Amino acid sequence: MTETPYAVEMEEIVVRFPGVLANDRVNLTLKRGEIHALLGENGAGKSTLMNVLAGLYKQAAGVIKIHGRPVSFNSPKDAIAHGVGMIHQHFMLVPTQTVTENILLGLDEPRFIMNLPHYDQKVRELQAQFGLQVDPTAKIWQLSVGEQQRVEILKVLYRGADILIMDEPTAVLAPKEIDELINTMRSMVAQGKSIIFISHKLHEVTAVADRVTVLRKGLCTAEGISAKGLTQADLARLMVGRDVVFSVAKEEQAPGSVVLSMKNVSAQNNKGVPALRNLSLELHSGEILGIAGVAGNGQSELAQVITGLRPCEGSILVNGEEVANQPPSKAIAQGVAHVPEDRTKVGSAPNMSITENTIMKDYSSEPIGNGWSINFTKARTRAQKLKKMYDILAPSVDTMARKLSGGNLQKVILAREISTNPRLMVAVQPTRGLDVGAIEAIQTLLLEQRASGTAVLLISEELEELLSLSDRIAVIFDGQIMGTVDAKNANIDQIGQMMIGSKLETL
Amino acid sequence: MTTIAPSKRFQLPYTISLEKRVEDYPKWFPPAITIGAVLIAFLISGIILKLIGGEPLRVASFFYEATFGSWAVFSDTLVKATPLIMVGLACAIAFRMKLWNIGAEGQFYLGAFAASLVVLVPLVPPESPKVVIIGAMIIMGMIGGAVWGFIPGFLKARFQVNEIITTLMLNYIAISWNNFWIFDRWSDAGFQMTPTFDKSAWLPRLADYAREYKMFSGITLHLGVVFGIIAAGIMWWILERSSWGYEIKLIGDNPNAAKYAGINIARNIVLVMMVSGALAGLAGMSEVTGVVHRLQERISPGYGFTGIIVAWLAKLNPFTVILVSILFGALIVAGREIQPSGLALMLQGFILFMIISSDVLLRYKVRLTRQTA
Amino acid sequence: MNPIIILHAGLATGTILLFAAIGEVFAERAGILNLGVEGMMLMGAMAGFSTSLSTGSPMLGLLVAILAGGILSLAHGLVTIHFQADQVVSGLSLTFLGTGLALVLGQGLTGQNPPLVPSFDIPGLALIPFIGPVFFANHSLLVYVGYLFAPLTWYYIYKTRPGMHLRAVGEKPEAADTMGLNVYALRYFYVFVGGCLAGLAGATISLSVSPGWFSELTTSGQGWIAVGLVIFAQWDPLRAAFGGYLFGALRRTILDLQGPATLFGLTNPLYINPNFSFFLQMAPFILTIAALVWGSRAAIRERLGAPAALGVPYIRGERGL
Repeated sequence: MTETPYAVEMEEIVVRFPGVLANDRVNLTLKRGEIHALLGENGAGKSTLMNVLAGLYKQAAGVIKIHGRPVSFNSPKDAIAHGVGMIHQHFMLVPTQTVTENILLGLDEPRFIMNLPHYDQKVRELQAQFGLQVDPTAKIWQLSVGEQQRVEILKVLYRGADILIMDEPTAVLAPKEIDELINTMRSMVAQGKSIIFISHKLHEVTAVADRVTVLRKGLCTAEGISAKGLTQADLARLMVGRDVVFSVAKEEQAPGSVVLSMKNVSAQNNKGVPALRNLSLELHSGEILGIAGVAGNGQSELAQVITGLRPCEGSILVNGEEVANQPPSKAIAQGVAHVPEDRTKVGSAPNMSITENTIMKDYSSEPIGNGWSINFTKARTRAQKLKKMYDILAPSVDTMARKLSGGNLQKVILAREISTNPRLMVAVQPTRGLDVGAIEAIQTLLLEQRASGTAVLLISEELEELLSLSDRIAVIFDGQIMGTVDAKNANIDQIGQMMIGSKLETL
Repeated sequence: MTTIAPSKRFQLPYTISLEKRVEDYPKWFPPAITIGAVLIAFLISGIILKLIGGEPLRVASFFYEATFGSWAVFSDTLVKATPLIMVGLACAIAFRMKLWNIGAEGQFYLGAFAASLVVLVPLVPPESPKVVIIGAMIIMGMIGGAVWGFIPGFLKARFQVNEIITTLMLNYIAISWNNFWIFDRWSDAGFQMTPTFDKSAWLPRLADYAREYKMFSGITLHLGVVFGIIAAGIMWWILERSSWGYEIKLIGDNPNAAKYAGINIARNIVLVMMVSGALAGLAGMSEVTGVVHRLQERISPGYGFTGIIVAWLAKLNPFTVILVSILFGALIVAGREIQPSGLALMLQGFILFMIISSDVLLRYKVRLTRQTA
Repeated sequence: MNPIIILHAGLATGTILLFAAIGEVFAERAGILNLGVEGMMLMGAMAGFSTSLSTGSPMLGLLVAILAGGILSLAHGLVTIHFQADQVVSGLSLTFLGTGLALVLGQGLTGQNPPLVPSFDIPGLALIPFIGPVFFANHSLLVYVGYLFAPLTWYYIYKTRPGMHLRAVGEKPEAADTMGLNVYALRYFYVFVGGCLAGLAGATISLSVSPGWFSELTTSGQGWIAVGLVIFAQWDPLRAAFGGYLFGALRRTILDLQGPATLFGLTNPLYINPNFSFFLQMAPFILTIAALVWGSRAAIRERLGAPAALGVPYIRGERGL
């Protein structure tokens, strides 16, 4: 063994993207056998730094040493050859291939003809060693999110990696799965592996990490400080650069009449598997109903059936009008606004201007249009007003949507949806992937909607967000509502139990 | 960010890397790039011509003489540009929606066929006034093209059948269909054409007024060019100012967002295909009544396909379509007489290739850096 | 209307579509839609024909045809892989370019008679009744190559390591990239393979199945039918081969229908009026559309689909959020 205690030393790393300095002389060291947390807001440069270590990007300046020896990576293959493996946040798995095929992808063995049963067996042996159970012959698309993550981990372990980079590994998991993952991480460290894990969740960092490195806007604000004795507030200050208020202020307010009433709604997902099962719920004006749950339990489908984007069975009344199985235009006419889950793939048109993106819902009605033609002068004036009101950062309203940052794009979408004066707003993951400043702005806007009497259905995977914004929280599991609790005196353990399938009555 | 990195063994003195553009480029930049691309396409074609033993410079000067050299030949150029304008518009509206109608050729044939029915059946009494006959031919021509556009539109909207293949297959079907009627039913003494139409079914030409205005003698430019210009104006309004145009643009840019905005995509697919077909059909009608005055075999030298290039080169802008059509009209006029016969087609292929390649310069900056190591 | 003759000729015609369609399967499996098959086939037909004419070696002709198709396809590769241009438009321009180049370079070839790819019987197998004369007698070498080629490509795509990499690059290029595969290089390679096979398909026409150079009529739309077959075959080489043979046989049947005076005891309308053959000429194109409708409905029903990344340029480091 070499004399250095460090598995990884990254010194003065600089990464430039056109117009951005993503990493500015960043240092990071990883000791052998430790769990090192890399903390920072979205866009702070965490993923960029780790992509450099994984060989996906090349640094403009700086040195990387692995076990004390300087290395230069030109491709992920080089990184893997040095024992560095990355578990990506968005799983890098081929859905139509089996677990074993995915694990073998990119390797030099088998030589030409694949003898899959032989390798299935090798994968099983590896699973036994680290306690990562998943059927090697299953196709990826058949697996749950947690299982897919195990495949990702197996992939790097199979390559003999002793340095593991995990990019936000807990973001998609249920509380119980998170516990399992933490156990796996501890067992891997016990067997001599070293782990860097990226996160922006403070409590996880304080719970598992030995040391912490914090990035802010591409700069290091803490280099490998010991995690012992650090409080969440300390970390938050390092991350954001100022004291952070953990909840936005919410006025007490009595809910009004019923706006949305769903009865026995069932629907299938894209694969033809039932995604909603006899789901019923009610939502009042001036109320925020939070939908909690682990990703993939029917949240997307719930939003889609209400907004007419997915066929279903059962009844969905908005202001007493049936919108189930009607075209989306019907829901829009009933005053349903929708902040979609995917703001680039659904919520906006990338090559159209901000102006054109803000008229998406009312281009054919007064004052913007008359059914035949569109008054672009009026549309532009209104877009300029919205840009000012919602503090959208862009050169002009003629800027194309694809040039906007995530937060500004989300503001464009919210500005558009709010300007239709909705009676019901369906907001799916409205703050995902945004930085703290944008999150606060978006959350404030949702509360303003509540204050003005709009019924808000807030679907989120961030429990903290749901607790601070919602009046009531309904927990969804496998397409069913496990129970609805008052947000004010909600018991987090109870919600966690419901998220993995226990009914409220049984708790 | 993508980098064309040189391999380790062959170290070039410079590395070429593409860098994503952050700032906007000046207004003159895109047209300059386009013109440059067209010139390079001409240059490459010239080199190939030279390599196979031709004389590119003589061909070029012949090209100019035969297309823009005098009023008479320029009128020929405009006559060839006329169907291209309409077919180019047909492609432009479909491409705006990312609907790949490459069946304008077939729609052109069906338009010509349907318009000819007015005279050959006849659908209106032959002694009707010219306005009635021409009017009926316009309507029939557009219906013929629209029907041929409806089929792939319906199949795509209903069964998600790839429109590229269906529109292309329908081209071959349309040509065989036309041939059957020309050869079997309406053959003029066994020739591959119908008898010449009565003058009442001819579009007015400038040459018709040669007695009043001497300068028009021999000028074959016909009223069809006016149809093309009017169509371009209407199309501009639809695409840039109307709600429908906005829907088309939104579907083209992001169909998911369009669905989310409450737009009926299936209905728009069928509608746009029909309008696109109708425009190509109008081009067929204009060719039949304005130029050949009968239905015949090979009535189009590939207008439907050239229209695709015209639309793309014009960046799907209706007024630019007119300008680009004139250039390609010239290519067709010259191409008829220049040997070898595929030269014009090859040139078109190079032009389209250069245009789509040059787009990369709008999105990326090319950076040359001297190798340090 | 001898079934042996129809099937025999159908296999020969089908071999053209088999090569072209399997080539396109390779390109599309790697995520690149190449609509320029017709142009590449014409280039192959022209290059093979003229090489055989000038060198006297049809085998050299095949080799040059393969290279001609392959080199032309690299233009498409450059524009779509590195320049991220729209694959549909690039494929169309490749069709124009290939057709134009083939016509320019192929002037004077019409009416020439170069040596053709040899035909022969397979000893022993040719003697089996019915099967022998249909499958193993008096076929061109290329037809026999086609028999082996389809199952071998199937095995390659589904059962070998490079085949697995090919599927990964077309389904999820970012997964392949992070695992150290060179997405760009693999895409170039399979676009090139697709071009080579299209070139071979073209030479199969001009040097074997219907020998000669007839300008753009040499291929007369078969490249487009091949592109359609790929969708019909759901990107499976065995199904593509089956589709190719089926279409080959149908094409041949259509030709043969014009011969006899009576069909099934009824007067043959084509015998009386040969102009009805225009309707027969439409048949392969109508059938392609029908096959597409059928294939698309099956795809919707079984939730199958094209390779997920088909038509999408791969750019490293551009993420969704």
